[in-house]
Amino acid sequence: MNALFEAQNITKQFAGHKALDSVSIIISKQSIFGLLGPNGAGKTTLIRIINQILAPDSGNLFFNNQKLKPDDIYKIGYLPEERGLYKKMKVGEQAVYLAQLKGLTKQDAIKKLRIWFEKFEIQPWWNKRIEELSKGMQQKVQFIVTVIHEPELLIFDEPFSGFDPINVNLLKDEILDLKTKGATIIFSTHNMASVEELCDQIALINKSKKILEGKVVDIKNNYKSNTFEITCDEVKKDIGQVLGKKFEVIENIQVDGYLKAKIRIRKGVDQNKLLEELIPICTIRSFNEILPSVNDIFISAVNETNKKNQPANE
Amino acid sequence: MNKIRLIILREYLTRVKKKSFIIMTILGPLLIAGIIIIRFYIAQMEGETRLVGIVDESGLYADKFQNTDNINFRILNVDIESAKKILGNEGFYAILHIPKTELSMPQSAVVYSDKQPNIVVTGYIRNTLRKEIENLKLQASGIDPDVLASIKTSVNLFTVKIKESGEEKEGSTELSMIVGLFSGIFIYFFIFMYGTQVMRGVIEEKTSRIIEVIISSVKPFQLLIGKIIGLAMVGLTQFAIWIILSFSIVTIFLYSFAGDIEDYNSSQFKIQNKSIEMLGTPEINAPSADVNESVIAVYDSIKSINFGVIIMSFLFFFISGYLIYSALFAAIGSASDVETDTQQFILPITLPLIFSMVISFFLIENPDGQAAFWLSIFPLTSPVVMMIRIPFGVPYFDLYLSMALMVLGFLGATWLAAKIYRTGILMYGKKITYKELWKWIRYN
Repeated sequence: MNALFEAQNITKQFAGHKALDSVSIIISKQSIFGLLGPNGAGKTTLIRIINQILAPDSGNLFFNNQKLKPDDIYKIGYLPEERGLYKKMKVGEQAVYLAQLKGLTKQDAIKKLRIWFEKFEIQPWWNKRIEELSKGMQQKVQFIVTVIHEPELLIFDEPFSGFDPINVNLLKDEILDLKTKGATIIFSTHNMASVEELCDQIALINKSKKILEGKVVDIKNNYKSNTFEITCDEVKKDIGQVLGKKFEVIENIQVDGYLKAKIRIRKGVDQNKLLEELIPICTIRSFNEILPSVNDIFISAVNETNKKNQPANE
Repeated sequence: MNKIRLIILREYLTRVKKKSFIIMTILGPLLIAGIIIIRFYIAQMEGETRLVGIVDESGLYADKFQNTDNINFRILNVDIESAKKILGNEGFYAILHIPKTELSMPQSAVVYSDKQPNIVVTGYIRNTLRKEIENLKLQASGIDPDVLASIKTSVNLFTVKIKESGEEKEGSTELSMIVGLFSGIFIYFFIFMYGTQVMRGVIEEKTSRIIEVIISSVKPFQLLIGKIIGLAMVGLTQFAIWIILSFSIVTIFLYSFAGDIEDYNSSQFKIQNKSIEMLGTPEINAPSADVNESVIAVYDSIKSINFGVIIMSFLFFFISGYLIYSALFAAIGSASDVETDTQQFILPITLPLIFSMVISFFLIENPDGQAAFWLSIFPLTSPVVMMIRIPFGVPYFDLYLSMALMVLGFLGATWLAAKIYRTGILMYGKKITYKELWKWIRYN
């Protein structure tokens, strides 16, 4: 796997507390990397370190397998959580200014901005002041200035806040489009549904430590409890007795002549065995593995580490 | 470097294009030109000759009123009631009525006029009456007015500085005071106006939350420097336009309203005279014959001031003073979320500046004293205080020491400000204390 960005053992100490404690992440090229964690976990600090707004106390950063250098900020686009624009400046003028700060020439900036403004249907706003725009409009402008210099690495911190559902979808499509065009994206949010939808990999940070990392599929597999949901025609017998000790029936509901059951398979038992046991006694309508949602994983992982840490803290 | 240029340009252009800037820039010179033109008008009006009729019932004073350039007197041999009737006709501007009194010393002369009489006219009448009454009183007590006049003496004091080389140099204390105070006040106002603008700019970037977007593209220090330089250029632009516009308005006015060129020249001369009077030369009350001489004296004293040194050091202290203070103002801005938060930090920074301005009015009387020396080398007070001292002539040691400390002060202030700034701009919703600031400074 080809890594675009790598952070090794990043530690950052602030006057009062440790914001990051030996955190390492690897972000592979052309993927969407979800950076998750409760409030105050250290995500923003890590993002600021990647953007070279802050310098780490210790640890190494690599961009394209080379040490991160000041000029790399031209290859990074950052949409911070706390964001805004100069209220009194005109939209177009401001977008050109910010694009120039990211290294574009004035002509290039104007050309590219025109294309984006058209795409987002905000061309008429070019000569308006930012303060005349609605919040959603401002967010669109903000998104455009983040991606205008076509950076290799994009960092979105809560990109969907302030958007209506239609614009959220527009933005999701744009983010996925950027990925197909070759961009690598770090995505930080508390909206777990969008993480499921977009992310290839995630890292979970809690209390300044990384507690979980990997591909979303792998993590889900690690956290799954081997539980399956089965729907079949009514069964006259008690399936608990039929299935025996290898399986545990968690839920068993009979509705309208159907049976819905959740069954956990004991470790080491093949799931096909469950089907083998069921086929003789009923007609199977559906058979699904229940995978934990990212939301569930988030909560259980955070709670687990908090519990572990508690005795140490006291 | 290229980014700093972009930042300077933005800071500059957005402000220069603002309505408030344009209005202020145009109104300023109109105001200045207005004042100058009004002065000119007053001078013109004084050129008009006014006829004053005198009804002197005492018979002692009528012939003492001598015609001047502006006022002609005519003795009227009628009683006051009929004299009042002529007022307005026959071109009489006013009627002076001196009633008959027992002691021949009228305390209650009356000027009748159809408008509020001009202060020049009433002043002249009052002076003449006073002089005559004094003469009468002197005579009554047996003192010859001529003797008294011979005792009165006018003294012109020139100061001559003798340098170590033995070279003698004439100087004028008054002119030095004016030049010193003027440059000090100018620096004071510029620092105050544009230093606080820097602070507001920083707060604006914080409250609009654009700061994090910007510093993901540029270093906080670049943003800080760009803002400071950009605003200095805004200020310089404004002052340059003020000077050029005021000058042009006055010139155009004089050409189009002052009639032919000869008139213009004479009015120019009057204005020069006026401004010389403003400069506070000792010869304000000199008779007109001495005017030319006194003008030459003033020009001599202007020549005696080393303008090369003054202009160079003015530029130096002006720029370095602004840089030190605006860096500190920026630090305050970064530690505050809204402008009202700045109060607690602003005072300790503006105090030395205000103090240096106030104390200047005292220091100017003793520009070589201990207090003046120490205040003129301390970087927070030296921009104003040194400018007060320089026109009087400052030892090169003091000047260079002050400049060196100024450079050190600037480096120190920027270092301090940059440390506070880069932490402060990312802090929200926290009431910042001095303890907190100290932490930011020590923190790497």
